[in-house]
Amino acid sequence: MTSPSSVSKSISKSMTMGEAGLASGLAVFAFVSFLGAAMGHDAAFSFHASLACAASLISVIMIGNRYLDRPAELPPAEIGGRPNYNLGPIKFASAMAMFWGIAGFSVGLIIAMQLAWPALNFDLPWTTFGRLRPLHTSAVVFAFGGNVLIASSLYVVQKTCRTRLAGDLAPWFVVVGYNFFILIAGTGYLLGVTQSKEYAEPEWYADLWLTIVWVTYLLVFLMTLVKRKEPHIFVANWFYLAFIITIAVLHLGNNPALPVSFLGSKSYIAWGGVQDAMFQWWYGHNAVGFFLTAGFLAIMYYFIPKRAERPVYSYRLSIIHFWALIFLYIWAGPHHLHYTALPDWAQTLGMTFSIMLWMPSWGGMINGLMTLSGAWDKLRTDPVLRMMVVSVAFYGMATFEGPMMSIKVVNSLSHYTDWTIGHVHSGALGWVGFVSFGALYCLVPWLWNRQLYSLKLVNWHFWISTIGIVLYISAMWVSGILQGLMWRAYTSLGFLEYSFIESVEAMHPFYIIRAAGGALFLVGALIMAFNLWMTVNAGRASETEGAGALQPAE
Amino acid sequence: MSLWNRHKIFEKNSIILIVGILVVIAIGGLVEITPLFYLKSTIEAVDGVRPYTPLELAGRNIYVREGCYLCHSQMIRPLRDEVERYGHYSLAAESMYDHPFQWGSKRTGPDLARVGGKYSDDWHVTHLINPRSIVPQSVMPGYPALAKTEIDPSDVAAHLRTNRAVGVPYTDEQIANAAADLKAQTDPDGPGSDAFQKRYPKAVVRNFDGKAGNPTELDALIAYLQMLGTLVDFKLYNEKANLR
Repeated sequence: MTSPSSVSKSISKSMTMGEAGLASGLAVFAFVSFLGAAMGHDAAFSFHASLACAASLISVIMIGNRYLDRPAELPPAEIGGRPNYNLGPIKFASAMAMFWGIAGFSVGLIIAMQLAWPALNFDLPWTTFGRLRPLHTSAVVFAFGGNVLIASSLYVVQKTCRTRLAGDLAPWFVVVGYNFFILIAGTGYLLGVTQSKEYAEPEWYADLWLTIVWVTYLLVFLMTLVKRKEPHIFVANWFYLAFIITIAVLHLGNNPALPVSFLGSKSYIAWGGVQDAMFQWWYGHNAVGFFLTAGFLAIMYYFIPKRAERPVYSYRLSIIHFWALIFLYIWAGPHHLHYTALPDWAQTLGMTFSIMLWMPSWGGMINGLMTLSGAWDKLRTDPVLRMMVVSVAFYGMATFEGPMMSIKVVNSLSHYTDWTIGHVHSGALGWVGFVSFGALYCLVPWLWNRQLYSLKLVNWHFWISTIGIVLYISAMWVSGILQGLMWRAYTSLGFLEYSFIESVEAMHPFYIIRAAGGALFLVGALIMAFNLWMTVNAGRASETEGAGALQPAE
Repeated sequence: MSLWNRHKIFEKNSIILIVGILVVIAIGGLVEITPLFYLKSTIEAVDGVRPYTPLELAGRNIYVREGCYLCHSQMIRPLRDEVERYGHYSLAAESMYDHPFQWGSKRTGPDLARVGGKYSDDWHVTHLINPRSIVPQSVMPGYPALAKTEIDPSDVAAHLRTNRAVGVPYTDEQIANAAADLKAQTDPDGPGSDAFQKRYPKAVVRNFDGKAGNPTELDALIAYLQMLGTLVDFKLYNEKANLR
């Protein structure tokens, strides 16, 4: 690979502080991990330490290789007066998003089928529903969704600030380190390593690693904002920033734990009982609010105006709904704990703020949908835009259903039932899934400078997935409400009418329909993966340089 | 118009934007979480709630490890049907030594907050190994491996010590005897049985899995399930006493 010119230049080049620092830090970490692997108290810990050791060593080698291959000068911030955007880490995160999406949807399909046909648990420790379910949720929320958020945020912040991403190796550390966290978390679930806090299952050492990665992510994003060439920070970046900061706060608040041994995987969480429950759902609901909502609203605010070639509908509405949304969301956690041993005052606060949350949520929806003003005809011709617009419609539906379910009397029926699962999936498949697909369909051609391989396939993806979602959520509505009604049904003599197991039996047909819906959603995603693969590897070069930055909203 | 202009301070300065976000998101959490640590009415004063025995704690860790909480709640709500189906509604005090809490969020299977004593040990052994052999309509996975895996007694004391560090009131004596107590709870005729019952009053001592030898994961999980919801005697519990 070494051409004569690079050899002659390599005499004068030297390692940057970042290269030398990260390489030596990772070398030390590889050594520490090696000791951890050798001395670990349990097999899972030793396995994870071995993975860390191997990953660190590979990273050191790659940093070294990169140094040997690169010219003496780091890539310039500008070429010919135009920003020289850093796209490599974004390409990596986009590809990982597609990979984890397929993996996460597949595991979701497996556990859906396990509930319909329990023999599929195989009664092995590693394949039961209880271990696969966190694998599904983490793979779709944090691995698929997280990579979409990281990829899109690093792209949007460069474009809307008209400047190259801050840091040289730091963005690579963020995307690779984050995916390494996913690997540790996911393999941990299969081995039974879990804190049992929903959506915060990874154990203490994975949490520590994520903290380092996340702080680096915040710094990369923030320093890019700081050196921006635009006077205003574009609205999408407010949402990205709120997402990054709040997730950091939630992660630190929910996860403080004391390990039994620093060479073992098991820890005990600092909080106990009712306080732990409150911390958990303060975290859990705001993982929805800031990871799955604020972050993806940022995507909406960049990609829909860009694709529709229309400005954001209302600047003032975006200000109001931004601050209202992030203020109100934090209060909503206790609606997961209605009628529990959490004090009533906290439940009432949770319900009240959840209902109020309807308004800023719909503010966002209106701002997204009305951006289409004057461009509605594009829905007929552009299935990518249609996907994103339908996602905003699903967002509106889910954010109406959520406040309704947070009302205590409604919750007394819906809580503990499949209705909750249906609600989550109308948001997750409809909103987060579709807006992510839309963003990736835009992003991949822009990143690789290609035309999208086939709009027809996007159309197929859209319709197959939409039918899948409708099957999924309607099955869960019916089964959830049926379940809730069966549990509280009384005979005319005043006895409970159904035993619990009768309600389990009644779920069977709906679990099959749900699995069918999930299978369609997975098929849609496979079509997408093929389409994006062909875009990158066989696509035609893009005719126009597709990405002039948007003007800041004003 | 002037008010909209004032918003420019957030749009033009990323640090001020961060500070604004932090202030706005801090309020709700502070108001809802901090009072739970000092309002006395949050956790009722009741008799009978004690820390888990070493065997029960090991069983609880298996419950966590296998993700049982994903399908079984441990939180009975004060609704007529739930109280009739499962028993007295759950008190905050009953989970005050739970790190982490196991209230759950979904009932694919029934609530387990008061499952203790409802079924025999034999029933649990059969059901945990193959649920459909005893409940044909069940969709629960089987856990045959539990019966074959022994609990490692070497780090039981460390588990108790870690729990004490996060606020569970284990005594020095309980920690010192943790490994012995682990075995003593499955061995009613053994030498350690009396001393164990002094350290953990009213704890059940039985050979839970019905097999001789060292405690297995099945022993531990059944010991945990059989004590769930049994610590508070609701014949004596006066809910009015906790109105404040």
